[in-house]
Amino acid sequence: MSLGHLVAVPVVLPLVTAALLVLLGEKRRRARTLLNVGATLAGLAVAATLLWRIDAGGVPGAIGVYLGSNWEAPFGVVLVADRLTALMLALVGVVGFGVALYAEAGWHRAGVYFHPLFQIQLMGLNGAFLTGDLFNLFVFFEVMLAASYGLQLHGSGGPRVASGLHYIAVNLLASSLFLVGLATIYGVMGTLTMADIAAKLPSVPADDRGLLHAGMAILAVAFLVKAATWPLNAWLVPAYTAASAPIAALFALMTKVGVYVLVRLWTLFFSHGGPSDDFGGPVLLCGGLATVVFGALGLLSSLSLGRIAAFSIVVSSGTLLSALGMGTAAVTSAALFYLVSATLAVSALFLLVELVGRMGVDGQGRLSDVEPGEDTNLDDEEVPLVGRAFPVSIALLGLAFVCAALIVAGLPPLAGFLAKVALLSAVLQAEAPTAGAWWILALLLLSGFVATLSLSRAGIRHFWSTGNRLPPDVKLVEAVPVVALLGACVLLTVYAEPVLRFTGATASGLHAPGAYIEAVLTTKPRPGPTRPGPEGAP
Amino acid sequence: MEALLALVIGVLGGAAVWLVLRPRTFQVIMGLALLSYAVNLFIFSVGSLFLDRPPIVRPGVPTDLGHYTDPMPQSLVLTAIVIGFATTALFLVVLLASRGLAGTDHVDGPRGEP
Repeated sequence: MSLGHLVAVPVVLPLVTAALLVLLGEKRRRARTLLNVGATLAGLAVAATLLWRIDAGGVPGAIGVYLGSNWEAPFGVVLVADRLTALMLALVGVVGFGVALYAEAGWHRAGVYFHPLFQIQLMGLNGAFLTGDLFNLFVFFEVMLAASYGLQLHGSGGPRVASGLHYIAVNLLASSLFLVGLATIYGVMGTLTMADIAAKLPSVPADDRGLLHAGMAILAVAFLVKAATWPLNAWLVPAYTAASAPIAALFALMTKVGVYVLVRLWTLFFSHGGPSDDFGGPVLLCGGLATVVFGALGLLSSLSLGRIAAFSIVVSSGTLLSALGMGTAAVTSAALFYLVSATLAVSALFLLVELVGRMGVDGQGRLSDVEPGEDTNLDDEEVPLVGRAFPVSIALLGLAFVCAALIVAGLPPLAGFLAKVALLSAVLQAEAPTAGAWWILALLLLSGFVATLSLSRAGIRHFWSTGNRLPPDVKLVEAVPVVALLGACVLLTVYAEPVLRFTGATASGLHAPGAYIEAVLTTKPRPGPTRPGPEGAP
Repeated sequence: MEALLALVIGVLGGAAVWLVLRPRTFQVIMGLALLSYAVNLFIFSVGSLFLDRPPIVRPGVPTDLGHYTDPMPQSLVLTAIVIGFATTALFLVVLLASRGLAGTDHVDGPRGEP
């Protein structure tokens, strides 16, 4: 539409930046830092512009379609930006900016090619959110994963390589399943453009429908692996806890790609009547609930903050999937709000893990598993607490931790609570709440309780437990991203109403995908001297 | 021809699954390589299996799938081969690093050793 080339910028910008960063070499640190942070900030600005313009475009026509190489939709590769895409791009922008800034404190020097890999990762994420074509989705998935393999191993060391081995093996298997599902769908439909598949879905003969469903189910398994659904999520916790802090914060976005694709494809294909209506919905609901239970048990069993953060990713994935399985626009709307707040908070939590870990390097009050036995003696020898200045860094970390914990656990007054209330009220709004709705209600409240328990246990150990604790050395460039990510959550709380209105419009657009399909299939190529017609190809 | 191709895909896929479930990293990477062959053949097969039919339009021949084979799966296979090759090569590097750091080729590292 009127968005023009702006739709392609979130993919092109990181790609060009990555190429420039490779050319700059490893020597010119200052130039690379400026380029990396600047390009990420520019990406955030582009995403915000897209978000604003798509939202200002009104309800029906708010979809930007970019025809790659000026070819019409089912034949060419197409990028589509609707509200959901714009929301996810903005989320990538915010988290990406925080991570880029945080990494400048030192993590980028822990290995080679951090900056180019980081930009390629952003490109893969943005591309996966933008593309309107299944095979192109595979390509962007692989770009994203290839960069993530490099980033996960960034800094090297035994635990990273050991968990990276599992992470890569599982994702290679998932990619194979992705291809099998995709090929089956192509065999039945003869097209891979998502909108085209959705448009042709009602006309699939009954004989082929089983094969098509099988293909879609296999495809969904690949995304369920990515979204860390139980029982396909054993790879997540070791890989995320072993990764360096900024990378783990970035990876909080990666599980959301799996969730995004499931939301996109499921609502496009199966949410609007016809013989395939609600295919796989119960599976998503049950899988999501099982994931919540798994994540909650994991939270209970974890003592280290890194594992707690990783398991809260699992819980949020499960919550999102079960909400999607309910299959109503109201629940999806609340789930999108939850997605934004949970992603921001968990990213901040991952950044905090490292900073908190720096406390108590004197080795006495250190993470030695709570047991106050030995430590109580040391307590008595300590200098009197009265009159000792309370270090700013501990105050900052403590406050940030409390904020992140409140959001992750869904306690008032921050965004996490609003998201949970919105989700629960939407789940129970249906005329006759189903058994699934009650299960979601119960498990969501239970997982919130467990998260509170687990996070306050970790908080007591790290901030309250006695011991001769040195104030952690926190650089400004590390504190700013944490404060910015949590500040975004606070803004989300304050402006909850417009954001909920936006997610509401997003969800109603998702559950009535006619406008999306029409926008993609009716966009015409621009006339021009180099326009390749169907017969003019060389 | 369909039966033969199906058998080949089945044998490759079955062997791949067995190898991926083995405890040694070398067996896992062989399994992943075989799996990618099976998947590539599978993608190739969803177009159409014909002899002597080109995937490109020629003048004077009607343009329908009765006279051509579908070029789309072939281009998909090409991309999938490239990506699969690159990621498998990357996995090989990680495998070697793991062997060097852990001193064992068990997938779970030293603690997985019997």
